[in-house]
Amino acid sequence: MPDPKATISFELNGEPATLAFAPHKTLLEVLREDAGLTGTKHGCELGECGTCTVLLDGTPVLSCLLLGLACAGHRVTTVEGMAAGGRLHPLQDAFAELGAAQCGYCTPAFLLAAQALLAVEPRPSRAAIKQALAGNLCRCTGYLKIYEAVELAAARLRGEDATPARETLYGHA
Amino acid sequence: MATRKKRRTVGLSDSLTVKRSQSDSPTVRLSDHRVIGRALRKIDATAKVTGATIFADDLFFPRMLYAKLLRSPHPHAKILRVDVAKAARLAGVRAVLTGKDLPIPFGILPVSQDEHALAPDKVRFVGDPVAAVAATSEDVATAALDLITVEYEPLRPVPDAEDAVAHPEPRIHDYGDGGNLHKLIHLEFGDVETGFAAADLVREDLFFYEGSTHLPMEQHAAVAQWSADRKLTVWSSTQTPHYVHRALAKVLELPPARIRVIATPNGGGFGGKSDPFSHEIVVAKLAMVTGRPVKITLTREEVFYCHRGRHPTLMWIKTGVTKDGAITAMHFKSLLDGGGYGSYGVASTYYTGALQTVTYPVARYKFQGARAFTNKPPCGPKRGHGTPQPRYALEVHLDKLAEQLGADPAELRLKHLVPPNSLTANYLRVGSMGLGACLEKVVAGSEWKRKFRKLPPGKGVGLACSSYICGAGLPIYWNNMPHSGVQLKCDRGGGVTVFCGSTEIGQGSDSILAYIVAEVLGLDPFEIAVVTADTDLTPVDLGSYSSRVTLMTGNAAIQAAERAKEILAGHAARKLEIPATRVVFAGGRVFDAEDPKHGMAFAEAVQVAEAAQGTIGTVGSYTPPRSAAKYRGGGVGPSPAYSYSAAVAEVDVDPDTGIVTVPRIWIAHDIGQSINAAAVMGQVEGSVYMGLGEALMEEMAYRGNRNVVHKIPSLLEYKSPTTLEMCDVVTYLVEDPDPSGPFGAKEVGQGPLLPVPPAIANAVYDAVGVRVDEVPITPEKVLKALKKKTKGEEGRVGPTRFPDIPWPEPIRVPPPWEGGDGGAVPVAAAALERQH
Amino acid sequence: MLRLPRFTYLQPTSLAEALRMKADAGPDGSYVAGGTDLYPNMKRRHQTPTTVISLMQVKDLTGWGMRDGRCVMGPCVTLTELSDSPTVRQSYAAVATAAELVSTPLLRNMGTLGGNLCLDTRCNYYNQSYEWRKAIDFCMKKDGAICWVAPSSPRCWAVSSSDVAPVMVAIGAEYQLVGPEGERLVPAARCYHNDGINYLTKQPDEILAAVRLPAPDGWDAVYHKLRRRGSFDFPVLGVAAWVRWERGSRNAERGTIVDARIVLGGVASCPQEVPEAGAVLKGTALDDEAIAAAAEAAYRPSKPLDNTDFELSWRKQMTRVYATRALQELRSRRSRRRE
Repeated sequence: MPDPKATISFELNGEPATLAFAPHKTLLEVLREDAGLTGTKHGCELGECGTCTVLLDGTPVLSCLLLGLACAGHRVTTVEGMAAGGRLHPLQDAFAELGAAQCGYCTPAFLLAAQALLAVEPRPSRAAIKQALAGNLCRCTGYLKIYEAVELAAARLRGEDATPARETLYGHA
Repeated sequence: MATRKKRRTVGLSDSLTVKRSQSDSPTVRLSDHRVIGRALRKIDATAKVTGATIFADDLFFPRMLYAKLLRSPHPHAKILRVDVAKAARLAGVRAVLTGKDLPIPFGILPVSQDEHALAPDKVRFVGDPVAAVAATSEDVATAALDLITVEYEPLRPVPDAEDAVAHPEPRIHDYGDGGNLHKLIHLEFGDVETGFAAADLVREDLFFYEGSTHLPMEQHAAVAQWSADRKLTVWSSTQTPHYVHRALAKVLELPPARIRVIATPNGGGFGGKSDPFSHEIVVAKLAMVTGRPVKITLTREEVFYCHRGRHPTLMWIKTGVTKDGAITAMHFKSLLDGGGYGSYGVASTYYTGALQTVTYPVARYKFQGARAFTNKPPCGPKRGHGTPQPRYALEVHLDKLAEQLGADPAELRLKHLVPPNSLTANYLRVGSMGLGACLEKVVAGSEWKRKFRKLPPGKGVGLACSSYICGAGLPIYWNNMPHSGVQLKCDRGGGVTVFCGSTEIGQGSDSILAYIVAEVLGLDPFEIAVVTADTDLTPVDLGSYSSRVTLMTGNAAIQAAERAKEILAGHAARKLEIPATRVVFAGGRVFDAEDPKHGMAFAEAVQVAEAAQGTIGTVGSYTPPRSAAKYRGGGVGPSPAYSYSAAVAEVDVDPDTGIVTVPRIWIAHDIGQSINAAAVMGQVEGSVYMGLGEALMEEMAYRGNRNVVHKIPSLLEYKSPTTLEMCDVVTYLVEDPDPSGPFGAKEVGQGPLLPVPPAIANAVYDAVGVRVDEVPITPEKVLKALKKKTKGEEGRVGPTRFPDIPWPEPIRVPPPWEGGDGGAVPVAAAALERQH
Repeated sequence: MLRLPRFTYLQPTSLAEALRMKADAGPDGSYVAGGTDLYPNMKRRHQTPTTVISLMQVKDLTGWGMRDGRCVMGPCVTLTELSDSPTVRQSYAAVATAAELVSTPLLRNMGTLGGNLCLDTRCNYYNQSYEWRKAIDFCMKKDGAICWVAPSSPRCWAVSSSDVAPVMVAIGAEYQLVGPEGERLVPAARCYHNDGINYLTKQPDEILAAVRLPAPDGWDAVYHKLRRRGSFDFPVLGVAAWVRWERGSRNAERGTIVDARIVLGGVASCPQEVPEAGAVLKGTALDDEAIAAAAEAAYRPSKPLDNTDFELSWRKQMTRVYATRALQELRSRRSRRRE
């Protein structure tokens, strides 16, 4: 028997959206299955890995533990909403440039968590980046390229003409 | 005695040098690369940072059904009866399968066809699949599982390898090398007793390396579609679509030509998606039964049950050295806890004894390896496959030997490096060998000399080296075909498409193809189209395992591109009225080397060629060179090339808690030649990360007293290091091109993991003077060792015995410097020799 | 994908409405705030309420303010809001620290103060999927008869895993509970039972409506947490230490303690106060001997069981180390403040 659906209106990636879905679905399920936005991934569905991170009113949250219904009237941003006008967000660009995305599965979550950090802290220290990303697991990169990409993007967002250090790309001499 | 001495004085470095014909190496220039070696974006980077990459679970099809697996709650039991009637009647359920529906066994290795998609008569671990449901939603499928009743007759479970040795009955499988021992190996390369007698110092040690799992962030998923014209398509998050293709054909009894397997980009693999899995076969069968697309996505807990991760391994090592540290003989024993099925286990077992010889010369070598069946999820290949465990043992053992000899462990190693272009005692052919350069880099970078044994209490540094294969020399199933194939199509618009069966798991294998073809044809790599991992479209590549992809697909791609270049150059030369030898491909143009303005666009060159001879397409393939090892078991270990790594770890040990933190690791890796330096850096750092996790906290823990359940099958309780545990990494890339590699490239995906656990273990000893001869090095163990030391006991925690195992008679293979030819001495002759 | 079971989701905007909804739903109704504890438990079928009543829209339950010199906090304040607040950091540093040490930044953006204080007790025989629990024939806390941690025990030994609760007990906070019968104000310590199943004295239909913190008037507190990793992990040991320094002590270096409480988290089914440890600190200046004696007193009754990460004997030993470090921090905070 199909579930009766509930309907909510909210802002999804900058546009008004109205979606109907079974009321017990999480935002993760709603995004992937009802909005067709499969850029939001999942690794445990229990809040234990951070892979499903999205922004709710600009704050990074776990979409696997957030009910779709609880998002009515709120602003939701997913990785699909980061690039604008066919141009990558500086964070996306830096992640691509440094190889901060290897398998790419945790990448959307890291990008959004980093975007939220840079929104409040345009010049984060390495320690602040580590703290801000401490809720996201990555098994490929060892996080280092991710830190460097966040730093590179932060500099560019501040208007600096930043380029990656040679050691970042080629190792130490 | 005299003859023995004489044998030993045959200088290893002199006699072992193997002549390498120049024709072995691909015809490439090692200088003036435009693409090769540069830090470039990966060709799929934009898709990955925008969320556009479609992983298996991102696939949705109209009328798609969802599958779930019912798994065994018993570690070891006979299945007496399965009743699915109630589940089949539940609204929304479209099909239910049990073991009867898929009776044909499968398994990755031809010698271990011991798995069933659904257990027909027996379950072998908690989590073993027993039945499957396809329903209109995941909710309904989950509810249906509860309506299936299975009657079991529990059998005594085997919780670990030592228990398996002690309890041959009841057997978990009715094949293997007796009782619950799956595989027993006994290889002898020269008489080690003679070697020990010639040594100035002989030392024995015991080590244990705990099991760990890959933990890719993407849970395994597969989708299958069966069309009315009897064709099956399976999309799966697999590292080995070719082997999945074979397993599907076998179990489903379909002609391979009717099956198409597409490996979706893997959201992490690390070896954990290298076996054909139950869930892949089950969705295929469900699609065939229902005629509808069927998807299965495993839960995180189920991913722990797929496992195929690091074998828990007990090791005993005995080494004889001269005063200056030369190894006169080494005897190594390993006991692997295999879990419930074979998987790659036979190969894993051989690997625990294979690569001890490729770093430091070992004059005589003996290896005894055993793999036990136990009632746990099967172990298999995890990053480093079977070699991190013995490498950890060997490098810590060497640290202890160096201390006894009063030698600096870095200098000791530097003094005794396997020479390049040489054969080892077990007939592994070493090509380029950059370990010395790696050692020098990390010793200088870490200020080793200033720190070793000189840091304040609680702080320490440790060093270790390692080596890894660049692709297995033999395929998984016996055949004499290439290991990797590439097809290349040149379009009259100037586009080039590369087709290859290789599988992108985040390591960058798709990009490698584009870079290499772009390099050869003088094109922009981002304009090369790459089609991979689709058995309908792409020639076979065996898969993303054994660090084989860059070397093998790279060489195949070079061959295909060079052939295309030759065709295009010939026709262009005619048009340009110059000799073909003067034609240059660069910057998207084809022109005269002596007059660069005299030329044409690449597209025009394709048009000229196409007009002259029709559609332009070429192929390339790669087969590894024949191994020098001809003995039984010599198939594991040989590789076209070996990568080398050296690492120094710095640790802080809290003496009150035993907590170890690692602020920094210096690591140098002999990559041969980077294809993409940034991607190489990423692999090095990722390997260090995984090695750090294994060294300090990752552990597959089971409750032996409670039905052998996995204690912690979750991302919360299986401890993967977060940003706050990851150390700084100072990376050095050593480029010593190997003639076997494409442009000289060697592997990097696995090797740099290997030195990390032993370097940390050695650093802990430097910091607080205790030995934790057991990985992971947890705070409990460190504190226990510290307390023992305070009490005046040996400051060590680790295994204390190696069980008696009924080893078979050894296969005796005289090493090259004792007149061996790579083959075993016939049994009768061996017996005779032993009598003397 | 692990999914939630079906339920009806309600979002009341007032306490009265919430209570009414709960009364209508009966025992199958459950309150939820951030959802970071309830939803994972529902996905693993530990709890399967058919009606879930969110408290996040109830205005009275959010925010905080000073009333009569005491801070009163709404339970629906998120852990991030709590740890980021300059007021809380300034006057209730231990609360901010404990909140900041919960799980991950992502979870703290959702998880609430009330949720952490009412956190379900945890056990690695219990926090598992339905199928896993079936393989061990379930346990006393849910669907089974035995506590596998202590099979001969009549009670459940699941562990109190809240970071903030031990601090609330240590500093003497009070919880305001509102139920169908009216309001009551209960000292934090009396809100918890040492029983893995009935770990709260709060009735299921009562709502934790406010947390009242004591006025910051001459006491100090710290919280130290032990876990494997710097994030994600629940505490395997938490030490909340609270001291009241003698008022107007002239000696800058050597003030005297007039009262002290040490409360342990992660070692029992409730935050566990160790009165002996507090007692030995009274009248001392937190010198090394006093600290050692208090740490020893804290160590003795600490009784970790095999239901979390790490070996239990090591966890017990760590009680002494972490109690010592917590008290040393209190001493150095005193010195710093006097400088």
